[in-house]
This record gives sequence, C-alpha cells and structure tokens, in this order.
Amino acid sequence: MSNATSSTIAPASPSTGRPGLWRRLRGHQGRNLWFAAFVAPFLLGLMAFVYLPIVWSAYLSFFEARNTVNPTRFVGLDNYTYLLNDGLFIQSLLTFVAFALFIVPTTYVASLGLALLLNNLRWGQAFFRSVFFIPTAVSYVIAAIVWRFAFFSGARFGLLNQAITAAGGDQVNWLGGTNDLYWVALVSVRLWLQTGFYMILLIAGLQRIPQETYEAAALDGAAGWRLLRFITLPQLKATSVAVILLLLINAFQAFDEFYNMLGSIGSYPPYARPPLVHLYLIAVGGGQQDLGVGGAGTMILTAIIVLFGVGQNFILNRSNT
Amino acid sequence: MRQQKFWLGVRYVVLVILALIFMLPFWVIVRNAFSTNANIVSATWQWFPDQLNLTNLRSLLENDSVGILRALGNSAIMAVLQTGGTILVSLLAGYALARYTHRASKLMLGLTLFTLMVPVATIFVPMFIITAQLGWVDTFRGLVVPTIFSAFATYLFRQYFLDFPEELEDASLVDGCNPWTSFWRIVVPNSKGIIAAVGTIVLIGAWNAFLWPSLVGRDATRTVQVALSQFMTSQGVRYPELFMGSLIVVAPMLVVFLFLQRYLVQGLTTSGLR
Repeated sequence: MSNATSSTIAPASPSTGRPGLWRRLRGHQGRNLWFAAFVAPFLLGLMAFVYLPIVWSAYLSFFEARNTVNPTRFVGLDNYTYLLNDGLFIQSLLTFVAFALFIVPTTYVASLGLALLLNNLRWGQAFFRSVFFIPTAVSYVIAAIVWRFAFFSGARFGLLNQAITAAGGDQVNWLGGTNDLYWVALVSVRLWLQTGFYMILLIAGLQRIPQETYEAAALDGAAGWRLLRFITLPQLKATSVAVILLLLINAFQAFDEFYNMLGSIGSYPPYARPPLVHLYLIAVGGGQQDLGVGGAGTMILTAIIVLFGVGQNFILNRSNT
Repeated sequence: MRQQKFWLGVRYVVLVILALIFMLPFWVIVRNAFSTNANIVSATWQWFPDQLNLTNLRSLLENDSVGILRALGNSAIMAVLQTGGTILVSLLAGYALARYTHRASKLMLGLTLFTLMVPVATIFVPMFIITAQLGWVDTFRGLVVPTIFSAFATYLFRQYFLDFPEELEDASLVDGCNPWTSFWRIVVPNSKGIIAAVGTIVLIGAWNAFLWPSLVGRDATRTVQVALSQFMTSQGVRYPELFMGSLIVVAPMLVVFLFLQRYLVQGLTTSGLR
C-alpha cells in the first residue's frame, strides 16, 4: 500500500508553535498519532454506521415517523407504550426465549458430542471434521429451501411425510401453523448449519486440556463418564461459556430461516415471529413503514441484549471468585 | 482390549451415520437440480435424479423473473468488496488495539467490544435509515460500506497480534522503518494465515447475507440470496429451477470453504475465541 504518505502525518520537528500541548498530543515518538492513523477508518465507520444509527433511533423513538425517516410529531413515550402493549411484540420476545431454550442447549450438546467423538481419533478425523463443518458455508436461504420443500414439505412428497406414511401414520402439515411442529424444522435447520462451527471451537478447547490431567485421573481410577464429568467439562469451562454466549447472541438475531421457511409473498404468519422478524414487519416490510416504532423497538432490543451481556459478565465474575 | 476395539467400532458406526445425515441436504439439492418435477413430487421418494442433463439449468437461465446471472454478478462484486474492505479496516484497527495500550486505545477497545455484543442485525432499522439518508439504497455502496466495520474481525485480528512477536517490528524500526512501513513490510506478510481465516469468514458471510441485502439491494443490486428467496415464495416457483439455482449459489462457497478450511480452523483455534 502507500508507504509515501507516512512522513506527512507526523512532522519531524515540532519546534514551531506551542510545543508543550503538541508534544503531549502526539505522544512519545508520535505514538498517539500513529494510533490515530491506524484506527481512524474503523473508528469513523463505527461512529457513522453503528453509534450514530443507535443515537438516531433513540431520537426517532420519541417521534411519529411514518413512511419517512424524518420525525414529524413529538409523541413522548407513545411508541414505547404502543410496543409494550402490542401482543405480537411481547409474543416475539417469548418466541425468542422459547427458541433460545431449544437451540442453545441442543447445539451445545450436539457440538460437544461431535467434538468428543472426533477427539483423539486416529483414522479419518480430518475427513469427518470437514463433513460436519462444511454446512457452515451454506446460507440460511438455501437451507430453508431444502427444509421447506424437501424435508418438511406438508405435501405427501416431503421426506418426513414419506417416512411417516410408510410407517402407517398420517401426513403432517409441518409449517402450516395448525400445530407447533414448525419448531422441529426451525431447530433442526439451525442445528445442521451451525453445529460444525461450534464443534471446531470445542475441539480446540479439548486439545488445550493437558494430557497429564487425564493420566493422573486414570491412575486414581476414574474412567468414562467420571472423566467427562470431573475432568473434561470443568477444564472446558472457558470455551463452553464463549460458545453459549455466541449461541445466545446468534439466536437473538434469528431472521433468515424464519422469514424464508414460514413467510410467503409479502406476508408472514402471526405465530413464530422472533423479535427481528417482527421489527422488520413493522419498520420496513408489510407496507407500514413506521420508523418511530421501529426506533423504539431497536432501543428495547439493544437494551435486552446489553443486559444479557452485563448479566453474563456478572455471573462469570462471581463464579470465578 | 477387545472391549476397547468394540467401542472404537461403535464410534465409527455412529460417525458414518451422522456423516450421511449431514450430507443428505447436499444430496437433495443435487438430486432435485437434475430431476424433472415429476421425480421430485413423486409419491414414493426417489433417491436418484432422472434427468442428468442441463435442461433445468437452461430453463433457469431463461427465467427473467429470477435473473440469476445478474444476481450472481452482484453477489460476487458485493462479497469481494466487503471482504477486501473489512480486512483492510479491521487489520489496521486490530493491530493498533494490540500494540498501543494507552487510555485512548482502551476506550476504543471498549467501543469495539460493545459492538461485538450488539450485533448489526439488531440495529438494522436505524442503519437502513442512515443508508437511505445518504441516498445509497440499491447501490453497491449501500450494500457494502455499512457492513465493513466489523467488531468481530477487528477483535480476531487484535487477539492474533497480541501474540505476534514485537521484536520483529523493533528490528525494522531500527533499520529505518516507521510504524506504518513496518506494518506493511513486516507485520502483514507474516500474518497471511489469520488474514485468510478472517477473509474466509467474511466472504462466506457476505455471500450468504440475507437481511441487509433484502433491504438495500432492490433491483439493480439484487443479490443471489434475495433472488432465490423471492423465487421460492413466488407463485411461479418451479422446484427443478429453484434447486438448480441453489446448487449454483452454494457451489462457489463450498469450493472456497474446502480450499481455505485449514486456515479457518487454525485461525479459530489459535486466536480469539478462547
């Protein structure tokens, strides 16, 4: 890249003007200036596209703003009270809780299971690892196509319906909302897509456990389940915590597979709406374009996820002391 | 000894069964991409394709309402720009956050970690407002620029540079480099592995992105994921074409993934997430 620009950033002799302030600003050997030069692009982008939007939506959340990005009328907390009285919004938060209760433990157990199966495997480890890891490269849209039209199709040609009718059962309407079975499809598609990624993190965690710990425990007569319970899991705690936090944050952002498996042209059923889908329908989809309420929704969701993070840190710090 | 062999055998049987289950969705895509509609909706499940030629591909390419070629081009441009931009911005910032430890750096790290916690998807409404205000809707700028300031990439690079031997840079400074030239001549050439790892993650994420492109990429910049999503919910959806489209869209990422997987595994295990 450009090596020539560097000398102009930090003038060699700061003798002119007021040296005291200038010297303090640029730091020892111009350290502060170098730091600023390196982080400036990231900092400016973060300000413009993350922090400014959050501030703007906080501002907008106190105004009416329909079909426009500019506030039209000050409405105080009306947008917030509207949302908190909106049954569908509350339900969307409950949907997230239910979804997280399903997906976080199942993904964790599945990825840990795969990691344990592969750990210390002599033959074929790299092959099986690739097989389980490769769905990471597939998009939620494509996975949703396969799940919706091939596996969980409500018609008789769906793979699961074929299996059920072959066993003498009745055809099931998986995604139609006449029952709660759409959860099976939603959880399994996400499991397929993300288990391999977390398996990689957990394998790395397993490999950091010193072999001597196992040998010492084996000398004490521990084996099988007891090794897992008293050696592996406690030693894996740091990795597990990181994995579970990532799983929670990802579950909170669920959008693609819900939208693509349950939505149809311009409409989405009232059930199985995670928070982002509901916010999308209010703010930008479905012809309402209510950005004031959208701003309020953004603030509520941001607050929830920050509370999550703070709570997680709090629990971690307490359990470490 | 015999018991150990037995359990090892069980382990492999379980692994093979799981591997078959994990590969099943890929097989279904291939089967449907090379099947007639009758084969797909057959009353008894057909495990094999019945039309091993390019009929489905031809009818997909001729389907103007999908516009798959154009969408592929758009996705390629977006993915490349987003990957290049993210790496450039995050590499610089991650390096500075690892090497400088004064108060401004700690504040900056705090701002980054906060963004790590509040994912961009959560704030898509105001991000879209800003992008619309700039007049960037349905442009590549709108698709790419707001997404390249990734706290995740910056954080991964920072973790990597914390372990990068400072002696190398010190030597180059003595030889007359300044921090900027030393960064490009010494640090970057020795960091290709982590750059490949982060690049793979960003590239796959960009190619597969759906929420942001569905808001910003309207007509001129419609991406493949949006095109497939619109096709699958449209009245005129034809399964053979839909799955042929899925095959074309997923194939490039599978190739990228297989080639760069080694770096990805290394990057995820040695830096960051621990």
